[in-house]
Amino acid sequence: MRVITSDVLVIGAGLAGERTAIACAKEGLDVMILSLVPPRRSHSSAAQGGMQAALANSVMGEGDNPTVHWLDTVKGSDWGCDQEVARIFADNAPIAMREMAHFGVPWNRVKGGEQQVFIKGKKATITEDSVNEGLITARAFGGTAKWRTCYTADGTGHTVLYTMDNMVLQMGIPVHDRMEAIRLIHRDGRCIGAIVRSLRDGEILAYVAKATVIATGGYGRIYGESTNAIINEGTGSWLALQTGIVPLGNMEAVQVHPTGIVPTDILVTEGCRGDGGLLLDVDEYRFMPDYEPEKMELASRDVVSRRMKEHMLKGKGVKSDYGEHLWLDLRHLGEQHLKTKLREVYDICMYFIGVNPITELVPVRPTQHYSMGGIRVNKDGHAYNLEGLFALGEVACWDMHGFNRLGGNSLAETVVAGMVIGKEVAKYALQTDLSIELGLAEEAAQMERRKMDSLLNGDGTENVYEVRDEIGRILTKYVHIFRTGEGLQTAVDELKKQIERAKNVKVRTTAPGMNPELSTALRIEGMAKQAYTIAKGALDRTESRGAHYREDYPARDDSNWLNRTLVRWPDPDGEPVYEYEPVGLLDLPPGDRGYGGGQMIDMTKTVDEYNEQVDPGQTAKGRLSPSEATGARLPKEAWRAELEGKE
Amino acid sequence: MGRTLTFKIFRYNPTKDNDQPHIEAYRLEEIPRLNVFSALNMIREQQAPDLMYDFVCRAGICGSCAMMINGRPTLACRTLTSDLPDTIELFPLPFFKLLGDLSVDTGVWFREMGERLESWIHTQKQFDPEAQEERMDNATANKIYESERCIECGCCIAGCATAQVYPDFLGAAGLNRIGRFLFDPRDERGDQEWFELVSTDEGVFGCLGMMACDDVCPKDLPLLEVFAYIRRKVSGMALAK
Repeated sequence: MRVITSDVLVIGAGLAGERTAIACAKEGLDVMILSLVPPRRSHSSAAQGGMQAALANSVMGEGDNPTVHWLDTVKGSDWGCDQEVARIFADNAPIAMREMAHFGVPWNRVKGGEQQVFIKGKKATITEDSVNEGLITARAFGGTAKWRTCYTADGTGHTVLYTMDNMVLQMGIPVHDRMEAIRLIHRDGRCIGAIVRSLRDGEILAYVAKATVIATGGYGRIYGESTNAIINEGTGSWLALQTGIVPLGNMEAVQVHPTGIVPTDILVTEGCRGDGGLLLDVDEYRFMPDYEPEKMELASRDVVSRRMKEHMLKGKGVKSDYGEHLWLDLRHLGEQHLKTKLREVYDICMYFIGVNPITELVPVRPTQHYSMGGIRVNKDGHAYNLEGLFALGEVACWDMHGFNRLGGNSLAETVVAGMVIGKEVAKYALQTDLSIELGLAEEAAQMERRKMDSLLNGDGTENVYEVRDEIGRILTKYVHIFRTGEGLQTAVDELKKQIERAKNVKVRTTAPGMNPELSTALRIEGMAKQAYTIAKGALDRTESRGAHYREDYPARDDSNWLNRTLVRWPDPDGEPVYEYEPVGLLDLPPGDRGYGGGQMIDMTKTVDEYNEQVDPGQTAKGRLSPSEATGARLPKEAWRAELEGKE
Repeated sequence: MGRTLTFKIFRYNPTKDNDQPHIEAYRLEEIPRLNVFSALNMIREQQAPDLMYDFVCRAGICGSCAMMINGRPTLACRTLTSDLPDTIELFPLPFFKLLGDLSVDTGVWFREMGERLESWIHTQKQFDPEAQEERMDNATANKIYESERCIECGCCIAGCATAQVYPDFLGAAGLNRIGRFLFDPRDERGDQEWFELVSTDEGVFGCLGMMACDDVCPKDLPLLEVFAYIRRKVSGMALAK
């Protein structure tokens, strides 16, 4: 077996992974990046709308600052986030955007003078201050008090990823693409790299490093119907779950985006609504103001998706061969706007569903989009219970999103986390010795070889694609926007069967090389088990918070459930182990989000009592000590000035 | 009644002993709005489990799935079978290294191209986290974005006659990349540096002007405009010498 060593091994070449690699390379470390696909094909490239950062250059961002951004993020999370992490994010986001400008992103800029825009669905004229001409501008997104989302037309992920990858080129950081990490190499609570399968020729290799970073994105494809790229099958979070010791956090927190197009489930950006697009029903009636008089189409995604589903359940959906949907109306934005600022959207509608958004309504429905949950890490990005393992981006539960993330916050997270956590990874790698335990690597590789042998030559009977489709069907049916105890119990029971089926898969071809069916078969156990952790976590959480909405428990319950779900899978043939930890230090006490109209059960503890249990509570669950004390980055009650100023 | 489609697909697995390149035919009942992405998945899942091809975003954004469809390089994900005849021939893109069946190694080629062109902003300025960003005119940002929209799918290279006979040719994707940085005021490279990069047979003078690249570019990049700009710029530099 070939063994390749580096100081830092980064698994995943999207924005989060590449930014981390750059941070480490800047410290003189020897960095290696692995990727399933050529880096510029990573799913980061598909992000359209933009990145939130409180630069406050546009007149519609006047009065914005990181505290206001932080407030929006905490409310958006339905108080499920770690408020200190949200703070680290909001404080660093403007720096990250400017740095990306320095690296070469052609951000759209403020143009001085009068501009025609849409605000809350109505035509309006704003006057941009010529003093800010040429600075990075922003557009509106859901759940935000200000226009804060920086963009390059509707190809933001694309330009930022290309720019980031240019930096990787400039720094000469190697990327081994078409490589899939399939098992972590670890012993006694220390991770020393990963076993990797080449998707070019099937070779099994060991990549050994002082620090291993997982930045592989989300697991949306487990749902089958998802806006995600087809490579987002939860391979990175499975690496962690497979260890048996690293917990995944809040797996039940799954975002359903309001506007996947029908059919094909391809996303059209929230920027469509940010720029003035409206949601219409079967009667071409604009229904969102009836449900959300304040935010209308621009409430948070969990709320808009829920309202859309609610409206369809009232019989107001549009029937089609591909199931029910609603309409997204962009016609009034005009040809000029649709062919420039929303050109990708225009192309997607034209090419994939033959709809011209300049003259026609776009069929949309809420579609699985994002995983708030993932590998649980401390504020340095260091995984619980496993030294030397870091995670960031969508694959991680850092946890700035809690139970619902705001649009434009995840793309920004990749770059901000890469900057912040990248430094911590570098710090760790600089003070750690390389431990090349060949025996340990060989042992891990042997486990994977045995698995492959059994998939290829064993007496299994199941077809991997049928199991995959069934898992997606179960999740989409029972673990979606509206959840019930009964439905979730069915999902848990059914998914348990899929785990057994997954163990009994037989690959129909022994072709050497990339063997695409073997690749899927190697992922299927991880997909089935992660699906199970999502459904079981949702069943056990008897409250509604953010994207997790229980019809039988409609209230957010801060007295019992102001916590984070942690799940580990210590015995591969047994049941997963569920635990709960405090969400983190509370600065903004739980309250009303200002949209969504949900019920609340107040917390019984005081904020101080709650905060006292945070450090010991998280440490008891395996959190490694962060490099700074808990709360060091949380300026206490800075929000008061903002809220009181408003009142 | 739906049609029965026949997919004639180039097959070759270089990792398999004694495998020879050949064509295999697969039949599929056409369903409404079928695209080549879904069709290939159906063929792999039901008929040819070892069939190799590349998709990532399946939304025309990532550039993974370019292939020759009835002789024309294009993105498979957004090609509807209803726009094609009953028989559909699928071949891998020429020019790039074949990994197997319809899968080619565009990633390595584009990385090498990027390294060759030093595809990054050349600047002496240091980033100052405390400072406001440098200003840029929005029209300039838009102009850069026009060229930055390239998704590196390789269609232009596959459709380029020069590239087929002269493998060092930068092709439309490479020239467009040069344009992207030429347009960018943040890039401090001087005329001399650009001149050396562009004014060669691998660069702008290798282009025979047949512009198949412009016909096949799935993102409708303004290639004609970019090439004209580069030519003008290079001529100006030559005169100035």
